[in-house]
Amino acid sequence: MRQGPSWFNITSLVLGFSFLYLPIVLLVIYSFNASRLVTVWGGFSTQWYVSLFNNQQLLDAAWVTVRVAFASASIATVLGTLAALVLVRSGRFAGRSLFSGMVYAPLVMPEVILGLSLLLLFVAIDQARGFWTIIIAHTTFAMCYVAVVVQSRLAGFDTSLEEAAQDLGCPPVRTFFSITLPIILPGVVAGWMLAFTLSLDDLVIASFTTGPEATTLPMKIYSQVRLGVTPEINAVCTILVGVVTVVVIFTSLITKRREMQRQQDMRRAEAQG
Amino acid sequence: MPDQVSAKPRRSIGGWLLIALPYSWLLFFFLAPFFIVFKISLSEIAVAIPPYTPTFDPATGWRGLVKMLGDLSFENYVWLTRDSLYWKSYLSSVSIAAVSTLITLVVGFPIAYGMARAPTEWRTTLLMLVILPFWTSFLIRVYAWIGILKNEGLLNQFLMWLGLIDQPMTILNTNIAVYIGIVYSYLPFLVLPLYANLEKMDASLLEAAADLGCPPWRSFWTITVPLAIPGVIAGCFLVFIPAVGEFVIPDLLGGSETLMIGKTLWTEFFTNRDWPVSSAVAVILLLILVVPIVLFQNQQQKAAEKGL
Repeated sequence: MRQGPSWFNITSLVLGFSFLYLPIVLLVIYSFNASRLVTVWGGFSTQWYVSLFNNQQLLDAAWVTVRVAFASASIATVLGTLAALVLVRSGRFAGRSLFSGMVYAPLVMPEVILGLSLLLLFVAIDQARGFWTIIIAHTTFAMCYVAVVVQSRLAGFDTSLEEAAQDLGCPPVRTFFSITLPIILPGVVAGWMLAFTLSLDDLVIASFTTGPEATTLPMKIYSQVRLGVTPEINAVCTILVGVVTVVVIFTSLITKRREMQRQQDMRRAEAQG
Repeated sequence: MPDQVSAKPRRSIGGWLLIALPYSWLLFFFLAPFFIVFKISLSEIAVAIPPYTPTFDPATGWRGLVKMLGDLSFENYVWLTRDSLYWKSYLSSVSIAAVSTLITLVVGFPIAYGMARAPTEWRTTLLMLVILPFWTSFLIRVYAWIGILKNEGLLNQFLMWLGLIDQPMTILNTNIAVYIGIVYSYLPFLVLPLYANLEKMDASLLEAAADLGCPPWRSFWTITVPLAIPGVIAGCFLVFIPAVGEFVIPDLLGGSETLMIGKTLWTEFFTNRDWPVSSAVAVILLLILVVPIVLFQNQQQKAAEKGL
């Protein structure tokens, strides 16, 4: 747009972003509070971080959570990428609208319904609940997010590259790995990360589908919060927020650099051709 | 892009496998469970594991299946209409979600609009700033508000320091806290599609209007807003549908007056251990959401086919 932002635009951006960030910033600041009373400032201290690393239960829960998130994000990325390929490339087939319905519905489906229905499925097929049932549950809803992210990447894709490769006799699987995948990779990486953080974060679905031996970090945080706000939980949350922020910024920088590299290569190739 | 969807390519075995893998996963882990929920909603509670009856024992074969079907009853649904708790929860979930969606739209539109009007070199950063809170834990972001909203919390301290109030206001454990929680948590869901829509808008339309002497506020209402409608609809669905079944926000921020169906279902399941009734609650919730979900899907599909 030709006109620059007006004072109204700037004010709404400043207010909007303060609303989005202030609660998290306050949470981080108060995790370094020496006072046990969470909202009264009693000087700077890292004691809650120290006590956190001595809390074996919390560390165990964190380890379970990371493993679940890693496994489910990886399976969800494979399935979600396939689903995106089906949606964008497979044209018409019997049951296509059912398929796209099943891909989009979990994005908005209330978590209580997803959790309850999966639990009842596991009970019906007599599957003991625990680590693996959480992974299956998380894979199921995360793959839909992956599919949507990868699909948007595939939609702006120049199919002539693939056609050229196939015309030159490259088998479909090889075409996929040497041409399609490198181009949609930023979408696939973003999808994996989204799936990972969704799993890391989920309380409701995990509570329904878990068994006695697998407690995830959100479940632990939730039960502590119900007992009252503690500075220790502020410290856990700060670490989680920190890790996610660093990873997201890092990957976005990498994908940006790759993208620029790719565009440069394309321009060079065009200039030579 | 050529019309991809209507193309009917010849499919190899690999092509069919590609479809079969994600398709069968979703059929088994997403669709099939709903039928089980429906079946159990027609069962009766029992002191057993699993805590419902009748159950189907594959060993009894066809006869067992017929017997099980004969034992199903709509008792749980009758119960849902008798106890006012349930329909009050449904009504108040829908109204809380609708009000929150409206507030989110009022808060989110200026943000998305401001982003779309910002200089191009800022936009990526601004977009990143909207997406980032979405990556940080939902639970943590809801939790952060407890420390702000409670009686001796930061908001009350701040307002008292300003001298606006002389004693703390009760915000936490009221519906107001639930509104704040939903608006805060779902704001990125509304801003992102809206921004995507506003950003693509053809600036020359506004320029033409300005050249013809249309004042900015009028071109905003007659050009910008109508063109933003698809983004507004997508964003509102993304807020409204999950908000109706929200559990974490009403549980942590709401009070005893806050009735929301997600919370009712959770209590029914985890506290009362009544699986059949919680299944019936889920079935009704799904029926309420079916229309908005189908509308949302159609819209997504259209957007995907246009290559957005």
